[in-house]
Amino acid sequence: MKTSLNCLLCGVGGQGTVLASKLIAQSAMDQGQQARTAETIGMAQRGGCVVSHVRVGQVVHSPLIPLGQADLLIGFEPAEAVRCLPYLKEGGTVVVAAKAIQPVTASLGGMDYRAETMLDYLKAHVEKLVVVDGDAICEACGSSRVLNVALLGAAIASGALGVTLSQMEETIAQRVHPRFLELNRKALQLGAGSV
Amino acid sequence: MAKRLVMGNEAIALGAIRAGVGLVAGYPGTPSTEILETAARENPGDLYVEWSVNEKAALEVAAGAAYAGMRTMVTMKQVGLNVASDPLMSLAYVGVKGGMVVVVADDPGPISSQTEQDTRHFASFSKLPVFDPSSPEEAYEMIGAAFALSEAHGTPVLFRPTTRVCHACASIEISEERQKIQPEGFIKDPKWGIFPRLSYLNHLHIEKRNPMIGEEFSHSPYNRILPGEGKLGIVSGGISWAYTCEAMSLLDVSPRCLKVGTPFPFPESLALEFLNGLDQVLVVEELDPVLERELVYLCGKHHLPVTIWGKLTGDMPQAGENTVESVKKALANFLGLSLAEQPAPALPQLPVRPPVLCAGCPHRASFYAVKQAMKGQKAIFCGDIGCYTLGNAQPLDMVDTCLCMGADVTIAQGLYRAEPGVKTFSFIGDSTFFASGITGVVNAVYNEHDLTLIVLDNATTAMTGHQPHPGTGKTMMGAISRKISIPDVLKAIGVQSVVTVDPLDLAAAVQAVQEAAAQPGVTAVIFRSPCIAVTKPAPLFKVESDKCIGCRKCIRELGCPAIVMDGKKAAVEPSLCYGCSLCAQVCPVGAIVREEEKA
Repeated sequence: MKTSLNCLLCGVGGQGTVLASKLIAQSAMDQGQQARTAETIGMAQRGGCVVSHVRVGQVVHSPLIPLGQADLLIGFEPAEAVRCLPYLKEGGTVVVAAKAIQPVTASLGGMDYRAETMLDYLKAHVEKLVVVDGDAICEACGSSRVLNVALLGAAIASGALGVTLSQMEETIAQRVHPRFLELNRKALQLGAGSV
Repeated sequence: MAKRLVMGNEAIALGAIRAGVGLVAGYPGTPSTEILETAARENPGDLYVEWSVNEKAALEVAAGAAYAGMRTMVTMKQVGLNVASDPLMSLAYVGVKGGMVVVVADDPGPISSQTEQDTRHFASFSKLPVFDPSSPEEAYEMIGAAFALSEAHGTPVLFRPTTRVCHACASIEISEERQKIQPEGFIKDPKWGIFPRLSYLNHLHIEKRNPMIGEEFSHSPYNRILPGEGKLGIVSGGISWAYTCEAMSLLDVSPRCLKVGTPFPFPESLALEFLNGLDQVLVVEELDPVLERELVYLCGKHHLPVTIWGKLTGDMPQAGENTVESVKKALANFLGLSLAEQPAPALPQLPVRPPVLCAGCPHRASFYAVKQAMKGQKAIFCGDIGCYTLGNAQPLDMVDTCLCMGADVTIAQGLYRAEPGVKTFSFIGDSTFFASGITGVVNAVYNEHDLTLIVLDNATTAMTGHQPHPGTGKTMMGAISRKISIPDVLKAIGVQSVVTVDPLDLAAAVQAVQEAAAQPGVTAVIFRSPCIAVTKPAPLFKVESDKCIGCRKCIRELGCPAIVMDGKKAAVEPSLCYGCSLCAQVCPVGAIVREEEKA
């Protein structure tokens, strides 16, 4: 594990950002690091924007990552990744799921946006960008609930998370019900394969 | 002792267990909920934990046990203390025998609350000491100190974390030890009955005691001076202290600092030591300028030539959360440093994404049924606190008023008296009904108001993460208790007509509302359908695109997040659909059908 890491996870309530941030923090702790996280819990969880902050290292005061300080941004949804881009430091890595989740307000107002517009913006502004076809991985795993672990796999393979796949597998094994272990292992590997 | 990744709320519960707490009672409310849930989950075996019916009940249950010498903890969110303030104000005079800590979580922002009220004011108002942790680690240690102080002075003590402490996780060494507290039992004494003469004497005692606690706090490890250079100093506390440390490190400055962990009674002698030799002080805090006013007062009292910067002088924001960025900016301004202007990146237009009712949420069906039933008639819809507050959003637009827990029932009665010709509806969730709805219904029946009560019974306390309540028949001790029936309660009160219907049966639901609304007096419709988060999804629905005429009625009228337009046709997003069937009942051409059940 790197001696210091600021990782921001963002998405839409219900996508599993909280578990992913816990896994990153726990994995860092399993490698002997200190970790700090902050979560969005409460009303925003109902389909609103959610952001998790994970900070690893000895001297970390604030649970929230300051703007421009994130080494890694994991976007569970393209528009949310763009929204949180000001957190990314220069030269930082972005791992993003390709599929847009249209908010009801957009569908109602006929203001649907295209995922491509958001991904194009990311491509133009981020040097180290990994786009993950989360739908394909979820389909291959037979579960719509493994996007979070697939994105972790991609983040690890990008080298920006500072843990190995086998270290993350061990952490997952401690936190996830044995029944879902194989499923998560597969999602992690497929996610890593998208880099 | 291994380090664990522990959430602030978990740290508070684990610290209380270590301190020998024997009873924990509370009512769910973001950001406080996980404290009590952790106490129940980590129960060492001799701990009693309950979700009380509301915060007032929780505080009184805990006070009773503390009268008998037990260490007790009460948990709630900031607005919950408004409900519990009646017993709290009097308990401050009566006192306790066992240590009693009232944990009240504040929510700067607010992120998930009705108000930005500051519990530190409640501390000075009720004359009770208050602890204000700045991190999960500190909360873990501090809660033990709060119990010790409570017991030493025979007074309840407030403990006020904020959202960013409650919902932050940190690496903490958790001790396996647990202090052994043997409650002495209740000893009869006139001191347990509050009377005017006793209150007068106790008031004198409290006014004498508090400056002594303030002096004690001047030597507390939770209040400290960080030495630094120059004539400019910083005062902070709570999570703002963490932001201040981070901002100082980013700016590479080290002015003299005072970190305050016990805002009331204010540690005056420590603050005087800090102020000595300074010209100007910046106060960094969230919510109200509590530390700032204490310092202004202290400077006046001691004729100190120190200027205090903060919210009162317009140098710090008066509402909302602090951030490292906002503190860094204020700090740079205060210290006369110039900050390199960060050009704000030009982002493409982003969708607004307010929270919404989940796909498949039965509340959507309930609101829609009432809306259909009252089409073309004048009606006012009074809402309440819970997931169903989200019924306010377009296209449902079914929450005309929302004030506080239980107010839907009684606001509607006032509206009816002001405008008798307009039909009034009250929407209340099952947990809110038990917490503070019943007295409102009694009021309606007794005073002969005209009202249709809609109970949204999803068999859980959904918004705060699915806690049991009196209607669920489950307790936090794992026991199965007798379910309290909402229809039986309403009938017993004397509500004329009480009908229970499944909101996902649209035609039956609309008819039930029409019939209830047509009757005079107090009538009730109970929409019973469990929260989707605690049930398995039914077989999903799909749009047969050759049948879909692209009229968008499903989107326009329901606003379900699982339905989107795919070109000119509607489409159901399978990862979000729960199979509630409402869209299929609304589609004018029968284009939305249930998928074949998978074997």
